[in-house]
Amino acid sequence: MSPPAEAPPDAPRPVHVKAARKVFRPAGRDPVVAVDGVSFSAPRSTLTALVGPDGGGKTTLLRMMAGLVAPDGGSIRILGFDVAADPQPVHERIGYMPQKFGLYEDLTVGQNMALYADLHGVDRDARATVFPRLLKMTDLGPFTGRLAGALSGGMKQKLGLACTLVRSPELLLLDEPTVGVDPLSRRELWAIVRQLVGESGLTVVVSTSYLDEAAFCDHTVALHQGRVLAEGTPAEITARAAGRVFVATSGPATPARQLQAHLFQQPGVVDAVPEAGQVRVVVEQPGLPPRADDALVVACTPTAPRYEDGFMVLFRAAVGDAPAASIDLTRRPDGPAELPVVEVSDLVRRFGDFVAVNHVSFAVRRGEIFGLLGPNGAGKSTTFRMLCGLIPASGGTLRVAGADLRNARAEARQRLGYVAQKFSLYGDLSVHENLDFFASAYGLRGKAKRARIAWAKAQFELEAVARVPSGQLPGGYKQRLAMAAALLHEPGILFLDEATSGADPLARRAFWGRITHLAEQGVTVIVTTHFMEEAEYCDRIIIMDGGSALAMGPPAEIRAQARSGDGHEPTMEDAFIAIVEAARQVAREAAA
Amino acid sequence: MVDTLFRIFALIRKELLAVLKDPKSRVTVLVPPILQCLIFGNAASYDLNRVPYVLLDLDHSGASHALVAAIEGSGVFERAATLDDASQIAEPITRRQAALAVVIGHGFERRLMHAETAQVQVITDGRNTNTAGTAQGYLGTITADFAEAWRADHGYPATPGVRIETRAWYNPNLETRWNMIPSLIGSITMMMTMILTAMSVAREREAGTFEQLLVTPYRPTEIMIGKAVPSMLVGLVQASSILLVAQLWFRIPFAGSYGLLYLCLVEFLAASVGIGLFISSIARNLQQAMIGSVVVVMPFMLMSGLTTPIMTMPDALQALTALNPLRYAISMTREIYLEAAGIRQLLPEMLSLLAIAAITLPIAAWMFRNRMA
Repeated sequence: MSPPAEAPPDAPRPVHVKAARKVFRPAGRDPVVAVDGVSFSAPRSTLTALVGPDGGGKTTLLRMMAGLVAPDGGSIRILGFDVAADPQPVHERIGYMPQKFGLYEDLTVGQNMALYADLHGVDRDARATVFPRLLKMTDLGPFTGRLAGALSGGMKQKLGLACTLVRSPELLLLDEPTVGVDPLSRRELWAIVRQLVGESGLTVVVSTSYLDEAAFCDHTVALHQGRVLAEGTPAEITARAAGRVFVATSGPATPARQLQAHLFQQPGVVDAVPEAGQVRVVVEQPGLPPRADDALVVACTPTAPRYEDGFMVLFRAAVGDAPAASIDLTRRPDGPAELPVVEVSDLVRRFGDFVAVNHVSFAVRRGEIFGLLGPNGAGKSTTFRMLCGLIPASGGTLRVAGADLRNARAEARQRLGYVAQKFSLYGDLSVHENLDFFASAYGLRGKAKRARIAWAKAQFELEAVARVPSGQLPGGYKQRLAMAAALLHEPGILFLDEATSGADPLARRAFWGRITHLAEQGVTVIVTTHFMEEAEYCDRIIIMDGGSALAMGPPAEIRAQARSGDGHEPTMEDAFIAIVEAARQVAREAAA
Repeated sequence: MVDTLFRIFALIRKELLAVLKDPKSRVTVLVPPILQCLIFGNAASYDLNRVPYVLLDLDHSGASHALVAAIEGSGVFERAATLDDASQIAEPITRRQAALAVVIGHGFERRLMHAETAQVQVITDGRNTNTAGTAQGYLGTITADFAEAWRADHGYPATPGVRIETRAWYNPNLETRWNMIPSLIGSITMMMTMILTAMSVAREREAGTFEQLLVTPYRPTEIMIGKAVPSMLVGLVQASSILLVAQLWFRIPFAGSYGLLYLCLVEFLAASVGIGLFISSIARNLQQAMIGSVVVVMPFMLMSGLTTPIMTMPDALQALTALNPLRYAISMTREIYLEAAGIRQLLPEMLSLLAIAAITLPIAAWMFRNRMA
C-alpha cells in the first residue's frame, strides 16, 4: 500500500478547532449564537476556506482563532497552543487580517509597511529581505510613495496583506479579503495567497462569501448560522450536485430572468440563476430535468456542477423552502412606455482633485431594470447619490422623472423610492412604527395610510414581526422592511444601492424575483451591485471603474465583447476583466 | 399646507418616540436636570456663617465698640485679627485669611452725635464675588439696625445714619444681585437641549437615516421644525421640573407671571436649539457633534453671568455675550422670578433671542442639504 498523500492524523496540525461555540449576549436583547459547535482542522501548508453567507459565523470563528474573542465552549488549538488559555504565543506567531484592515490612510505605502514592521519588532536586516519580496509579490513596488488613502480598493487589500506578512507568520488568517474588490484584483489577491501556500509553505485560513472563490482552496468548510453545513475538498462539495445541474434556454421573446423566476418557484428546484443569457438550474433529483412551462423553455441540457451548485444543495437542505419572491402593486405606474425616465449626460463629480465620476452619460426607459456595476470606489454610489439629489453634480445634467432632484420641488421626490446601501431605517422603532413614519413622510394618512401599511406587511411578510424593533431583525427581514418602506407610496422609480450585499444566496434570489416582478408591472428600477453575476437580472447595465463608464448595454452584448474563439461563453466577470484590461491597455498606449 | 403639518407632526412624533422608547434616554432627559439643580442649589448656598473678617477701629469710641458687638453678635462674622493701621489690611485679604475688612473711621461717634453721616468702610475680596456680595449685604443690614437702635437709645431724631462705603478689591464692579436657582432654569435646559439636538441629526447622519429622510418629500425647513420642536418640548419639561424644585424644595417664592416666563423660555429654547442644530449640521458624526456642543456650551456658561458678572468682563467679551442666548435667559428668568418684571422691561432681551433663533435655525436648515459628507 502506498502511504497516504496527506500528513498522518497524529501529525501536528496548525489549526485544530473542536466543538467551538460563541454566544453573544447583547444587553436587553436575545442572545445570538454566532458559532454553534464548529469543528475542523487544517494541515500544514494548505489553504482552507470558511465559506458561507454573511451571519454564518465566519468572522467570529476567525477572531476566536486569532485569540481576540474567548470561546464559550469547545477547544481551539493554534500551532499547538490553546488560544483561550494562552493567547500571547499565538498572537506572536500568526498574521490576522480583519475585514477592515487598519491602514493609515494619511501615510504612504512604504510608511505603512515600516509602521507595521516597527509594531511587530521586525529588525532592519529582516526588512531588507522581506520588503522587496512583499512589494514584488503585491506589485506595489511603483507605489511606495503613494498615500494609502489614494489607493484603489484592490490595492488597499494587497497593502493590508503585505503589512500582515511583514513579520513572516506561521499561520495567516484572512477575513473576507476580497469583499467589494474588483474582479481583476480579486484574482490577483488569490494568486498571491496561493503563491504563499505553494512557495512559502504558509498555512492559510480564509473566509469568503463569494462561493466561486472556494474553488481556489484545498479544503472548504461551508458554514451557515454558526453551524457546519459540510466540510471537504471543493471537489467533494461540488460532487453533491452531480447530475443535478441543467442549463435551460428560453425562447427569444423571454428574458432569461423571467425564466429564472419561473423555474425558481417550481417544485423540485433547488436553485436557479440567470447565467450568460440562459438559466442554470439545480434540481433535487439527479438526472431529472426541471419541470417547466413548455412555452418558456426551449432546451434543457445537463451541465457539469460547480462548487456553488453543491453549496446550494446543502444550503437548501438546511434552510428549507425558498422565500416568496413576488410582489403585486395595487396601482401600476402610468406614462408612455418608451420615454426615458432617467437621463444623465456628461455627469461629473469631483471631491477636491479626485474625480469620482468622470463624464458619465446614460438614459433609462420606463419599466427597465438598469444596473450600475463595478467594484467599491468605482463611482456607482456617487452617481446614485447625485441622481437622488443627495449631493450636487460638479458638471453635466441629470433629470429624474423630468426634474433635477437637487433643486426640484419636494413633490418630485414623491415619485421615487430609495433603498440605501446599509440598513437606514430607525433601529429603535418597531417595524410598524417605521412603516407608519415613512407612510406619513410621503403624505399618506388615514384610511389610505392604513391600507398601504397593511399591503406592505402582507407583501413582504412582515406581519409577524410588526412589533419588533427593526434594529433587532435578522438581515433578510431588514432588507424586506427597507424595500417595503420605499414602496409604500407607490413610486414609479426605485433606487436600490447595493441592496443585496450581506444577504444570503436565497434572500438574494428572492430579492431579484421581486425586482423582476416590479419591473414587469412598470416600475423603473435602478440598482447598483458589486456582484457581477447579478448583471444578468438587468435589462441593461453600465460597467464603471475608476469613475468612468467602460461599457454600456444589455448583458448579452457586454459579454459578447469578451467572447474568445474557444466557444466558451464568458461570464459577466470574465467580461468585466476583459473590458477593464482593454481600457487600461488603451490608457497605456495613449500615455506612451 | 395641511400635508406639511401632517408631515411635520409625523416627524415630531418619531423624534419623541425615539427619545421616549429608549429607557436610558428617558432617564437622561429628566434625572440630570433635577439632580444638577439640587447639587448646584445646595453647593452654591449663600447662607453665610463664620465669615472671617479683620477689624480696624480708628475711633475707639463707645459707638464703634457697640457696632463691633452688633457685627459679631450676628454669628455671621468672626474676627480673624484686629488691626492698628490701614496698611495692614492688604495682607490678610490677599492671603485669603479674611474675606473682608471693616474700617470704622475717626469721628464715628462724633458724627453720629452731630447727626452727620457716619462712615464705615468695608473692603471685600472681589475674587470671591458670591461670598463678598452676600457678606456685604449682611453688613448693611447689621449697621442699619445698629444706627437705628443707637439713635433710639440716645434720643436722637431720625437723621442720616451710618453709610457703608464699599471697596471690592480685585473686582471693582461687584455684582451682588444674583440668585442661583432661577438662573439654573436657563443654564441646565440649555446644556441638555443643545446636546440633545446636536446629537439628533448627527446620529441620523451616522446611521444613514438622514439621507433616507432627505429623499422623502420633506423640505429642509420641515425637517428643521420637526427636529427643533421635540427638543424644545423636552427643554420645557426640564425647565418645569427645575421650577418645581426651586419652589417646593428651595422654597423660593415665584413673583412674576408664568405665562411670560414660558413665553421667554420658548424663545430661549428656540435660540439654543438653533445653535444645537447648527452644530449638528456641521458635524460629520456623533463624536464631532458631542465635542462640538461641549466646546460651545462651556463659553456660553462662563459668559452668561451665571458665576461671574458680565460687567466685570473685558469690553470685547461683554460685547460677545450679546450673542449668548443664556445671558438673556438668566437675566430674564431672574427678573421674572424675583422681580415680577413685565413684558416691557424684557422686550430688548426677547428681541435679541428672537434674532438669534431667526439666524441659526434657517442656517441649520440650509446646511442639512448643502453640507453632505
